[in-house]
Amino acid sequence: MVKPKHWWDLPVNILGYVILIGATLMMVVPFIWMVTTSLKPSGSEFSYPPQLLPTSFDFSNYTDLFTLVPFGKYFLNTILVTFFTVSGQVIVCAMAAYGFSRLHFMGRDTIFLLYLATMMIPFQITLIPLFLIVFGLGWINTYQGLIIPGISSVFGIFLLRQSFQGIPQDYHDAARIDGATEWVIFTRIFLPLTGPALTTLAVFAFMGTWTDLLWPLLIARSQEMRTLELGLAYFNANTTAFRQTNWPMVMAAAVVVMLPVLIVYIFAQRYFVAGISLSGIKG
Amino acid sequence: MQNKAFLEQPFFTTGPGWWRRFWTRSNERVGYLFILPSLLHLIAFLLIPLLFSLYLSFTDWRGTNFYNAPFIGLSNYEFMLGDRRWWNAMGNSAYFTALSVPLGMIISLGIALVMNQKLRGVYFFRTLFFMPVISSWVAVSVIWITLLDPQAGMVNYFLKSIGLPTVNWLGDPASAMPSLVMITIWKGAGFNMVIWLAGLQAIPQELYEAAAIDGANARQSFFRLTLPLLTPTTFFMAITGVISSFQVFSSVYVITGGGPRGATDVAVHRIYLRAFESFDMGYASALAWVLFFVIFVFTLLQVWYMRRREEQALF
Repeated sequence: MVKPKHWWDLPVNILGYVILIGATLMMVVPFIWMVTTSLKPSGSEFSYPPQLLPTSFDFSNYTDLFTLVPFGKYFLNTILVTFFTVSGQVIVCAMAAYGFSRLHFMGRDTIFLLYLATMMIPFQITLIPLFLIVFGLGWINTYQGLIIPGISSVFGIFLLRQSFQGIPQDYHDAARIDGATEWVIFTRIFLPLTGPALTTLAVFAFMGTWTDLLWPLLIARSQEMRTLELGLAYFNANTTAFRQTNWPMVMAAAVVVMLPVLIVYIFAQRYFVAGISLSGIKG
Repeated sequence: MQNKAFLEQPFFTTGPGWWRRFWTRSNERVGYLFILPSLLHLIAFLLIPLLFSLYLSFTDWRGTNFYNAPFIGLSNYEFMLGDRRWWNAMGNSAYFTALSVPLGMIISLGIALVMNQKLRGVYFFRTLFFMPVISSWVAVSVIWITLLDPQAGMVNYFLKSIGLPTVNWLGDPASAMPSLVMITIWKGAGFNMVIWLAGLQAIPQELYEAAAIDGANARQSFFRLTLPLLTPTTFFMAITGVISSFQVFSSVYVITGGGPRGATDVAVHRIYLRAFESFDMGYASALAWVLFFVIFVFTLLQVWYMRRREEQALF
């Protein structure tokens, strides 16, 4: 149906654009400011009045990040931790989701209810004992300490279970008649058919792991084990002394931390937005 | 493949009833192997920590008595009742929640309503709106620390240039929490907007047409039609908003460190300080359980509401 036209449609639309552009500017200006500051000469104080657009293009902050501070190492750590967490989470969750959605075994639905119930437990309550367990295992300041606690997520299982349930039982039966084992059915039929859901989970897991602060803060004790996020937080750790902080360099670091997330977001925006409106659950 | 002959072996068909049921009803026992990795993970990193945490909260476990922490019953909880810093932190969390949840919802609803008008280029705006959502809290925090700098910050420069008084945003105990709320709303607006949009787009367009034929103006159709039909979304966002507001940590840790003078010391930040800076892990666990119960009340509310809606949908 076509919306009836009114004389006020044009002014209302213009007002809409004004609101949208104003709100968008508020969203974007801080990021422009970040990039501008990162391009200022290293160690320079704030200029007054503040400049929103860059007047100088000094990339020395970016090169300094990798020479003065072991930002390259932080980068490598973050890539390693994120890669193994995301791939682990996708594999573990997909397997569990397949079991819960397509296979019948005793106690299945009871166990799944238990899984769902654990979604009500906030992370903070298990944080302290989790730290002690990881400490007891001798995993403090190790990659496995950063990775293993994050390689499964009930939210992920829930998400994938929904999409596995959407695949017709006929596919499953046909493969069984051909003598395929469950593992073959899982890897050759179900995984290829649920690409979008797997991507959604991978994107969520990537965003969550890449930007996580609290867990690396507890586990990464030495400078060599820090992630990007933690390295950036340590630039700024002592808020009482923040006047001495080298802001252009901190901003350059913030740009480096944000860039991979932004790139992933631009390419995977569809999955990200779909995941949010589908579940409405914050990762 | 589990075939009949396999199941008919005596080993599986004799024995107690539960044992026989187990083997005959679970014809796809391989399923246990599929869920095994996640189950082990759940037990090791969630269920055991949960029980361990409850136990810890009854002990005087600290960094110095790791292996022989004395069991002290409810003393931690008793101490908590008189812990002014803890109640200050709980009060701050409640204050943060009371400000950020309604304001955040109203602002994002306003933007979602504009976006729902089918204007050209809406997707471009949505992409930009998501920049704060996907950014890490640490990156966002360092940006806002500089923007809110009382002398050289851009926000105060802007206020001054239009003739308004400047504010010591993060340095003044009175304005520190509202500043944090402002940053939180700024960061979450895009996220909330997507949820609102999903709710708005689920409302059938015919209802608006019918209302227009009945002579309803824009204001009436918003308050009498849009808002009531958005109730599930509103309820969902309010509850999840409250739950996540009580869990705020990263922003406080990086931006204010709980200061100035404890004005932004929220519950999780206090637990963090107790557990990982004072190494007072028994007491911190007790605090975590109290926080958990506050959050749990809201979780139950959400479960109850969703259950009720499902029942209503059946009839």
